[in-house]
Amino acid sequence: MAFDPAPHFSSRDAVVCRGVGKTWAAGTKRAHEALRDVDLDIAPGEFVVFLGPSGCGKSTLLYLIAGLEEATEGLTWSFGDVVETPSPERSLIFQETSLFPWLTVWQNVSFGLAIRGASQQQRRAVAAEALQRVGLKAAMDKRPDELSGGMRQRVAVARALAMRPKVLLMDEPFAALDVQTRARMQDFLLDVWRDSGASVLFVTHHIDEAVALADRVVVFTSRPGRIKTIVPIDLPRPRNLFSREVEALRIQLTDLLRDEVDRAFAEQEALSATA
Amino acid sequence: MTVIDRNAAPSAAAGPSRPAAARLLAMVAGWDWLAKAWWTCLSVALFAGIWELCWALGWADPQLLPPPHIFLSNFGEQGKFFNTATRWQVGNSMGEGPSAFESVMITVAATTMRVFVGLVIACVLAIGVGVAVRYWHVFDKLVLPTVTLLSPVSPIAWLPVAIFLFGIGNAPAIFMVVVALFFHMVLATIAQIDGVSPNLINVARTMGASKRQIYGRVIVPAILPGMLQVLRMNLFGAWMVVLVAESTGVGYGMGQVIMLARNTFNPSLVFFTIAVVGVLGFGFDWLLRLAQRRILYWLPDTQEKLRGL
Ligand SMILES: Nc1ncnc2c1ncn2[C@@H]1O[C@H](COP(=O)(O)OP(=O)(O)OP(=O)(O)O)[C@@H](O)[C@H]1O
Ligand SMILES: [Mg+2]
Repeated sequence: MAFDPAPHFSSRDAVVCRGVGKTWAAGTKRAHEALRDVDLDIAPGEFVVFLGPSGCGKSTLLYLIAGLEEATEGLTWSFGDVVETPSPERSLIFQETSLFPWLTVWQNVSFGLAIRGASQQQRRAVAAEALQRVGLKAAMDKRPDELSGGMRQRVAVARALAMRPKVLLMDEPFAALDVQTRARMQDFLLDVWRDSGASVLFVTHHIDEAVALADRVVVFTSRPGRIKTIVPIDLPRPRNLFSREVEALRIQLTDLLRDEVDRAFAEQEALSATA
Repeated sequence: MTVIDRNAAPSAAAGPSRPAAARLLAMVAGWDWLAKAWWTCLSVALFAGIWELCWALGWADPQLLPPPHIFLSNFGEQGKFFNTATRWQVGNSMGEGPSAFESVMITVAATTMRVFVGLVIACVLAIGVGVAVRYWHVFDKLVLPTVTLLSPVSPIAWLPVAIFLFGIGNAPAIFMVVVALFFHMVLATIAQIDGVSPNLINVARTMGASKRQIYGRVIVPAILPGMLQVLRMNLFGAWMVVLVAESTGVGYGMGQVIMLARNTFNPSLVFFTIAVVGVLGFGFDWLLRLAQRRILYWLPDTQEKLRGL
């Protein structure tokens, strides 16, 4: 693959992807190209939303940026360093709940500190602070199964924040929530984002969510996922989702997405027809 | 559904009604326990009742299938047979030695000890080996084929080996329990490890956990519920195999009593021993379930849901 040996980016960029591609099970009969040729620059403190049809490789890209999976093509940098392994600087919040069911809420939140051997007192203090920021300080001593789905995702956010990450990777964290809860969670996320100063990479396939949150919306093609367009949104927050500008954006993004979803469906049908 | 008010403390909301609710819960739990005991008794009584009925109708020959009221009635006499510990010693007649109750207790304690020690050893070894198989790739390649190869071998086949290696005494019986459980438990441990959600492992990885920390802090706690389940399943296996082991090489134990009953054609004694083993196994299982609920407080109560269907 053609690859520019001198990438044009500054070491201050939070995330830089150059020619990133991922083929699952590469080299086998089941090889499956999920991502192709992704070039992306994300500034510190920027809020970027990934929008794309289901199965286009959005989660895959987050995993690559987190360092949990290896790209088969291209390279990713974060603040000047090549991403090779996971790092506490880049926290990932998963699509499904991923709290440790055997730990209490505060122990979950301070898991990363426990790994570094912090004292119990210190861990509790950090957990209390992080939980305060997500409004769940009172639930410190509960267990995850005693919380609602929205609370659990907030605990997951607190756990990620407790690591003081410079990049927060969020994989459809609010997908399982109802509309009202989701709106509250979005407001809350914007508060947290402003306080923390971290860059946020947020995956969703809800256009409204993208419009409410993003500085820039990265629209992906259907699989193999490539960047179709990047739509900047220059509106002040909190945004009125019924304003004319937002309506125009909504129409633009819907059009962009519709073609890709149609293509993704056609492909999946063709695949199941041959299988 | 969800309480989303950022200021409302979820536990504070449930606060004032707590004591009353807790008391109610304790009461219900108490009744629950009683109900369980009641159903257990009823279940046993039903079974015994059918048996007694067959006997009363003359369908079950009391010489071959003595009903419970017969094989339980002459405890003093049956208990004497448990005195195999001293009876094998030269010069002791049936009349000497410990009383019937003491004999039963000594025998029961010996067999229980073998089951318990065997279980603990098998568990520790199996979990250790299972985790090691996944931890070190080389260990996997070297050990797993042999473990898989040996796991279908019936414990009976190990019996001569136990005697060759350990002669008589506690050791061969414990060895039999260990060998009967070990291979399956290794495979079960590996299956449990492979079932751990990759998300949980990934969370630990993003937080900078080392391989050792991932195993210690994520994988082991995550497989614990499954392992306790495996242990419960294997508990009965341990009780089964210990009788087989004791019926040969060991000086005394419940297996010996069964053998004695067989050789002296004493069906009453067989059923008496079976009853004792049943009660012991039930007790062990109950203790394990109790431990399970204590240790695995975070598991959802699926049983309760299924009952509601
Ligand atoms: N671990 C894996 N092994 C093999 N293939 C995978 C794996 N994970 C994902 N894929 C494949 O890669 C493609 C992209 O998956 P990915 O999960 O990144 O999609 P997505 O955009 O996050 O979809 P969704 O919006 O439904 O979550 C899919 O076709 C999927 O089948
Ligand atoms: Mg996904």
